[in-house]
Amino acid sequence: MAKYAFFLGCIAPLRYPGIEKSTREVCKALDIELVDLDDASCCPAPGVIRAFNKKTWLAAAARNLALAEQKGLPIMTICNGCYGTLFDAAHELNGNPEALKEVNEVLKEIGMEYKGTTEVRHFAEVLYNEIGVEKIKEKVTKPLEYQVATFYGCHFLKPSAIKNLDDPENPHILDDLVEATGAKSMPRQQKMLCCGAGGGLKAAFGDVAMKFTQTNLENMQASGAKYIIDVCPFCHLQFDGSQKDLGFNMPVLHLSQLYGLAMGMSEQDLGLSAHITPVVL
Amino acid sequence: MVSPNPEFFNELTAAGAGDVKLCFQCGTCTAGCPSGRRTSYRTRKLMRMAQLGLREEILNSEELWECSTCYTCVERCPRQVPIVDIVISLRNLAVAEGHMYPNHKNTAKNFSKYGHTVPVKDDITALRESLGLPGIPPTVLASDKAKADLDKILTVTGFDKITSE
Ligand code: SF4
Ligand code: SF4
Repeated sequence: MAKYAFFLGCIAPLRYPGIEKSTREVCKALDIELVDLDDASCCPAPGVIRAFNKKTWLAAAARNLALAEQKGLPIMTICNGCYGTLFDAAHELNGNPEALKEVNEVLKEIGMEYKGTTEVRHFAEVLYNEIGVEKIKEKVTKPLEYQVATFYGCHFLKPSAIKNLDDPENPHILDDLVEATGAKSMPRQQKMLCCGAGGGLKAAFGDVAMKFTQTNLENMQASGAKYIIDVCPFCHLQFDGSQKDLGFNMPVLHLSQLYGLAMGMSEQDLGLSAHITPVVL
Repeated sequence: MVSPNPEFFNELTAAGAGDVKLCFQCGTCTAGCPSGRRTSYRTRKLMRMAQLGLREEILNSEELWECSTCYTCVERCPRQVPIVDIVISLRNLAVAEGHMYPNHKNTAKNFSKYGHTVPVKDDITALRESLGLPGIPPTVLASDKAKADLDKILTVTGFDKITSE
């Protein structure tokens, strides 16, 4: 049985708890054991905290990695931002004695050490690579005939030189995962365009971020998609929170919520009341 | 008036952005940049300014903060210039000199205060409970010891300088 330390991050537990709930339920249904990564903090966010102070970013990330190392488990994230930070930090530290020595100078202050052994995984990629689309299909009890727009976001697949999960310009794994539920992923223009929220853009220049989002929404609507399926609570927040102002009305679901539905979870348990764009199923 | 600073390259190297020297100015990055399409930010130009040592112009610029870190340019750059890492390093230098947007400062303060970038909200706590989840997630929010550890990391690495006024 696959077993992971479940890294919650910030936006899922504190804004869209339905994503956390759905992930727990879906993993249970797929025989993936999740152990809470108690005491973890923000990853910390790659576009803001890392941009402010790389030393703080790396040390706080190393603390999170060390918490998982103490449990002897790989980390599983449900957010591209967390995945970006923790994967990058592990890439920088694991097998690099000099970088480890430097970060451990900081961790020593709190009586911790990171040895450099934690592996970092993303929920969607765990489902694709460890469980597989065929096994997922067997667990679908309520096939969904939705036409959907899949949204990969940026930090799930990129930088592909170190992540190596799929073609970053023309990927398919999320489409395959979504279609395992019976839904249809609608092809569209500029599918890999950033949602606009990353890199601190949403906070500093919200109007610029909205322009990215608007282009995405226009292309999604033109494709005939009725729902947006994401793998990142921050993209989720950007699409969910912006549509009212931009005049769109496409419900936004994290992959875990789509899977929860397809595997028989009640709508109640998906935590849809936290969504700003109403979710009509 | 532009003021080239020849020492800047050493500073960049120390900050982890020395690979900016690899850029040969082809413009592939700018051509595919979703931010450049919507703002006055030009990726190639920023790389050139860094090479030339236009330190003050870069650290004072709005454009430095208009990259969404989408990695489109990094995927396509024929010279494997780590563009996003360079942008991040430049931002570190800017922040160290006090260039920071108020909303970014708020995010930094949230991180200091909660150990998370967003605050706890009562309606979400209630929703968590109705879903059978602990009202407060089992993170640093639920442990004083864990929070004290994180605080220590922030102090030792100088993050408190960013959040103080
Ligand atoms: S794509 Fe690379 S080499 Fe070309 S201008 Fe941009 S950073 Fe320089
Ligand atoms: S990472 Fe930044 S500079 Fe590169 S394409 Fe994306 S927004 Fe433009």
